[in-house]
Amino acid sequence: MDDNRISTAAGLYIHVPFCRSKCAYCDFYSVTDVGRIDGYLEALSLEMELYRGFAPVFDTVYMGGGTPSCLPADRLADVLARLRSAFPVSPGSEITVEVNPGDVDTACLERLREAGFNRVSVGVQSFDDAILTTLGRRHGGREGREAVDAARRAGFDNLSIDLIYGVPGQSPEGWRETMESALAVNPEHLSCYELTLERGTPLHRRVEAGQLTLADEDEAYGFFSATSEFLEGRGYIHYEVSNFARTGALISRHNHKYWDHTPYLGLGPSAHSFRGCRRWWNRRDLPRYISDLRAGRAPVDGQEELSQEQLRMEALYFGFRTKRGIHGPAFRERFGMDLLREEGAALRGLRDEGLIRLDGEVLTPTRRGLALADRLCLL
Amino acid sequence: MQNLFAALLRQIIIAMENIRNFSIIAHIDHGKSTLADRLIQHTGMIEDRNFHDQLLDNMDIERERGITIKSQAVALPYRAKDGRDYILNLIDTPGHVDFTYEVSRSLASCEGVLLLIDASQGVQAQTIANLYLAMEHNLAVIPVINKIDLLTADVDRVLEQIDAELGLDPFSHIRCSAKQGIGIEEVLEAIVERIPPPKGDPSKPLSALIFDAQYDSFRGTVIHCRVFDGAVRPGDVIRFMSSGTTYRVEEVGRFALARLKKDALCAGEVGYLIAGVKTVADVRIGDTITHDDRPAGNALPGFKEIKPVVFSSIYPISSEDYGDLATALEKYKLNDASLVYTKDSSVALGLGFRCGFLGLLHLEIVQERLEREFDQAIILSVPSVRYRFTLKDGSVVHVDNPANYPDPATIEKAEEPFIRATMIMPEKYLGAVMKLCTEKRGVSSTMNYLGPGRVELTYEMPLAEVLFDFYDRFKTVTQGYGSFDYDLIDYREGRLVLLDILVNGEKVDALSQIVHRDNARQRGVHACEKLKDEIPRQQFKIAIQGAIGGEIISRSTISPFRKDVTAKCYGGDITRKRKLLEKQKKGKKRMKMVGTVSIPQSAFLAVLQSDND
Repeated sequence: MDDNRISTAAGLYIHVPFCRSKCAYCDFYSVTDVGRIDGYLEALSLEMELYRGFAPVFDTVYMGGGTPSCLPADRLADVLARLRSAFPVSPGSEITVEVNPGDVDTACLERLREAGFNRVSVGVQSFDDAILTTLGRRHGGREGREAVDAARRAGFDNLSIDLIYGVPGQSPEGWRETMESALAVNPEHLSCYELTLERGTPLHRRVEAGQLTLADEDEAYGFFSATSEFLEGRGYIHYEVSNFARTGALISRHNHKYWDHTPYLGLGPSAHSFRGCRRWWNRRDLPRYISDLRAGRAPVDGQEELSQEQLRMEALYFGFRTKRGIHGPAFRERFGMDLLREEGAALRGLRDEGLIRLDGEVLTPTRRGLALADRLCLL
Repeated sequence: MQNLFAALLRQIIIAMENIRNFSIIAHIDHGKSTLADRLIQHTGMIEDRNFHDQLLDNMDIERERGITIKSQAVALPYRAKDGRDYILNLIDTPGHVDFTYEVSRSLASCEGVLLLIDASQGVQAQTIANLYLAMEHNLAVIPVINKIDLLTADVDRVLEQIDAELGLDPFSHIRCSAKQGIGIEEVLEAIVERIPPPKGDPSKPLSALIFDAQYDSFRGTVIHCRVFDGAVRPGDVIRFMSSGTTYRVEEVGRFALARLKKDALCAGEVGYLIAGVKTVADVRIGDTITHDDRPAGNALPGFKEIKPVVFSSIYPISSEDYGDLATALEKYKLNDASLVYTKDSSVALGLGFRCGFLGLLHLEIVQERLEREFDQAIILSVPSVRYRFTLKDGSVVHVDNPANYPDPATIEKAEEPFIRATMIMPEKYLGAVMKLCTEKRGVSSTMNYLGPGRVELTYEMPLAEVLFDFYDRFKTVTQGYGSFDYDLIDYREGRLVLLDILVNGEKVDALSQIVHRDNARQRGVHACEKLKDEIPRQQFKIAIQGAIGGEIISRSTISPFRKDVTAKCYGGDITRKRKLLEKQKKGKKRMKMVGTVSIPQSAFLAVLQSDND
């Protein structure tokens, strides 16, 4: 249907719903009761069986969470082996595992690499101890450095580092130092997220209570553009709102599937899946997830059937968030809408304002446009 | 029980002495609709399982705002303690100054009123204004103190007020709690005992007062009327005395929540009449119905032609919906004769309709009903009154749309409509009200003490000043204790200018206003500030300017969005985000694009609102 995707092969996501402790800002689903790991792994195997035949071929696997590194490396290796036997994962696939500083050493990472993981994403978040305390992380800056060094020593040549900016108490200089520290290992990939306040998190409560102050819009834009300028100056490609890669080949192929409407299968509690025009999601409840699968039921909590109009809105939204942008003819082919012509006036306005660019037949957001990506698709 | 009442209601002739025609009048929120509900329930008109609050307020908008817009009538069968059966005709009335004329016609159809007073709030402005209306019609007045069950109820204080401020006999009052159903029987007995039965002569030529008309998609217009003399039956040929048009009567009947057919409506009765009248616009409220072959000598007094006083243009948000809007207005008009409209077009907003309204509340009601009942996405231009210009060539033009403001070089004389405002308030608010009236260019004031501590004040003021932002401020300065009414008197010369609004350099004609030279600058500043609050930020800077002729007199700036983007967009984030975007997109669809700027509907009315609401 779309001749402009990076790949049409499906992606596979595994949600590992365990954390040693909950971070102050995070609202992803996880539990701290590691006693349930066996039950989870057993259910996960049952879930794999339910979705055999989901797609003819997969070319990315992403093990995220939660904190996959809560589980011993052998158990993760075992999950990957079972995945490979249940699904057609093609050779040369991008296979990522998320790890947390403090959880992993060189030996553990070596074991993961041997098992077939070829990309590691380290949840460093910051190298500044004070910032890490505000975020409620278990580790300090030193553990972060040790973890990325260990990944390199273990032989990972596709390393991604997660960082957060706009944290209460963080100065532009402090943020720059954190980025500098990250660049010391010359990572192939960086994800730099603006801190998002999620309802129900301890951080949200502290901000509501006036104990902490979040960056205002101008400050947030300052962080955003400084990040983009700094990393592009060091040779990285700002290929998505929050993501940077050293080369075009090193972008997260898995994450791009979310933005291309490429099929993906999400396994584990709270994981989302998409195929055709249907999206569905699993229960955010580990005991129910397990009991459903034991009873032979898919642990699905909800689903939606996307109309052409909804798909189009998402495609515009995704397109304006990524450097790949929106390919005019492909978009017209898919949605019967000639963006380059029909929406001419609105788009001309955006171009005049310097928010989007037209490169041949592709519309791409500028840096300022990326900072306003949520608005661009409304036009 | 039900059957007995149905039989009673169908009875062809009820002796006039067994009929009572009454209305309930009250300050807003004193419990008018609740008391009406309770009377209906008590007389067994409706079974409890079919009951819902505000039975007589059929429109969603009436229930939500807690107001009555359309008059309603219901015939209540009641067996009194004297053992006789009565028909009590309750005529519910609208409660806003925009509809004063309709209220006066409803009251003209009654012999008495229940004057409802909240036991904790006491006598309020509308209590007095409504009492005066009732007294103008020589109606029997029964004071009813409601909400006596409230902890804050202070009946003694209310009794003092009834005596001192209303000049009524405090011993004549009834205490009730409509909510709790206390005192309802006493109210019904008082209606029978103290409101006189209608007078009239069934043998005289027909004379019936039209107090309302409603559109029924199957039957055409249903006329609500009070028969004073004579009788009307199906088959009769009737004549509307103001227009002279004639119709053959198809059906007459009584209101029993639903319509109940009868063989005749006789002198003293309240009911409906269907006569193949196509639209409510063919009927004039206050007109007299008589027989074509045996007409009454004189029409009933008090008839007035209602004329619109506020004008505004309605545009579809999306220009391809123009046809739909035309159809919706046509249908709407079937049930609201007071709305008038013609085709119109705006440079900024495209094709639309120029409409005339009875007042600003009427305008808001039309707007809301078009949106809700007819599913129209619309924009209304800044409301205006009708001005009169004498040009240098001697010709006279009336302008109710600022877009049609004549070339200033050609204007010999500019005139605006003036009203006489009558305000009643406790003495202590006099200073504040006089200050407000002077600010609103009021002149030739008179003052009159109605009683100790209570003053009647009149001012002659430009209608434009009164319509826009006067009433709210008057209520504020008198803390709700002032009542207000007005009559149009004449046109007077004024130094008028056209205030234009430019958004990013582009003139938006639907935001233009005709204003007085002396407060043009202040109005310009006000409009720019209001628009700054109303127009949502966009990704570019928006400049708003007020201009007279070519001169910029005011400006404001809306700062652009710099950052509006979600940090994470992975599997679990997409659905939630899309739903949010869909909502935003829907909101945006309800705004009008002017150039590249989206202007919400609220902006067009906001420029006239004061800062303190």
